[in-house]
Amino acid sequence: MSYAGDKGGGGILNQLRIEGLRYHGWGPIELTIGPAECVCLFGASGSGKTLLLRAIADLDPHDGFLFLNELECNDIPAPQWRRRVGMLPAESQWWHDDVSGHFSTPDKRRLQDLDLDQDILTWQVGRLSTGERQRLALARLLNTRPQALLLDEPTASLDPESTRCAEATIAAYRAETGAPVLWVTHDQQQAQRVACRSYRMNEGNITLQVHT
Amino acid sequence: MSAISLSPLDLCAAALLVLILAVLTARARLGVGRQLIISSMRMTIQLLLIGLVLRALFAHVQISWVALMATVMLLVAGREVVARQHRRFRGLWAFGVGTTSMFISSFTVTILTLAVIVRPDPWFTPQYAIPLLGMLLGNTMNGISLSVDRLTQSAWQQRSVIEQRLILGQSRQEAMADICRDSMRTALTPIINAMAASGIVTLPGMMTGQILAGSPPAEAVKYQILIMFMISSGVGFGSMGAIWLASRRLFDQRDRLRLERLQAPKR
Repeated sequence: MSYAGDKGGGGILNQLRIEGLRYHGWGPIELTIGPAECVCLFGASGSGKTLLLRAIADLDPHDGFLFLNELECNDIPAPQWRRRVGMLPAESQWWHDDVSGHFSTPDKRRLQDLDLDQDILTWQVGRLSTGERQRLALARLLNTRPQALLLDEPTASLDPESTRCAEATIAAYRAETGAPVLWVTHDQQQAQRVACRSYRMNEGNITLQVHT
Repeated sequence: MSAISLSPLDLCAAALLVLILAVLTARARLGVGRQLIISSMRMTIQLLLIGLVLRALFAHVQISWVALMATVMLLVAGREVVARQHRRFRGLWAFGVGTTSMFISSFTVTILTLAVIVRPDPWFTPQYAIPLLGMLLGNTMNGISLSVDRLTQSAWQQRSVIEQRLILGQSRQEAMADICRDSMRTALTPIINAMAASGIVTLPGMMTGQILAGSPPAEAVKYQILIMFMISSGVGFGSMGAIWLASRRLFDQRDRLRLERLQAPKR
């Protein structure tokens, strides 16, 4: 499967552009995330961060335009859009009994990078800890090779060591595929580690934060 | 052999049993005595009235009267489907989903049976048309109300899983596949059980009635087999239609789960 955005020149250039996005009575949001760029989003609970990600993934009704490269969200069927703009929800859901049912072609190396047990694919879902679920959900998402990532607190329930693993995995994916990343976090230090820019969200409006 | 006619006194004797039961349960404070009496009275009045209606209908064999009767039956069944939904659709959809699929499946199967298999003259002869349609509507009503209720309830309870599957790029059909399968099984389990047990564990009501009314058992059995096939296909097609309509209505054109189209259950 090709994930190259820019067909000309052979380079991998994926750009996520949000124009005049209104959702749930909030916005308009204007935001452009360039190829392999990582943008962090802060904000109090209930300030609309998760709803923004849901709107960008076209899970909730919205006005305005969403572009991945030059492709607008409504130009392609919703499932295709969601496969390209991959969202990691704060709480992952699992519907098969065993872990392997959720992976069509598991990338063993990535599971290792995420510091997950070698045999985790054979486990029952009920046996997974919260942290294992969160890392597996990340692996499951990256397996579908999205061209852009929307991450909702991807390391919220991880210990410092696993957090580093997850951050490194996401950084490697960004570098490899040129995917733009929108990353919701509460952790200022994490933002300093991973973000190129940061925004603060307040009542559905975003303002650029000065970075150190 | 013709049926032994029942006198009003015979029926009163049977009613006395129910009355004794009601008094005993009232004494024991089991709290169903009142309901038992009321529903017994309702049943008696409704059946006596329908006896009169059918007598009039059989005396005047006209397609308009049969159609009117069929429409009334359909609308009452449609209302009954709505009444049994825990989380029903807002607006006309609550009534529309069940009634449309019941109409399509029950009427098609009944008309096909009349025109191709039983072939009375004329084809809408009420002695055949009304009982066949009644049997079919009653069972399809059960199947559809069970399956749609199961579908909407499961979608509500498993909304996070459905959305997770959508997020990973599945279509609404893929994301709902398990729930649709469960709903279909719920609809068909009663009739599958009835077919498996019929003749061994239970003598189906229709057949029993026919035999009591004096028909030769071999004839009664053939009609019962016909009815069983009609019911299972009617229930099956009706539930498929209802599940398809309902699961479409739960999503919009961008495959978003729209649970706000369901009403909160009334307490």
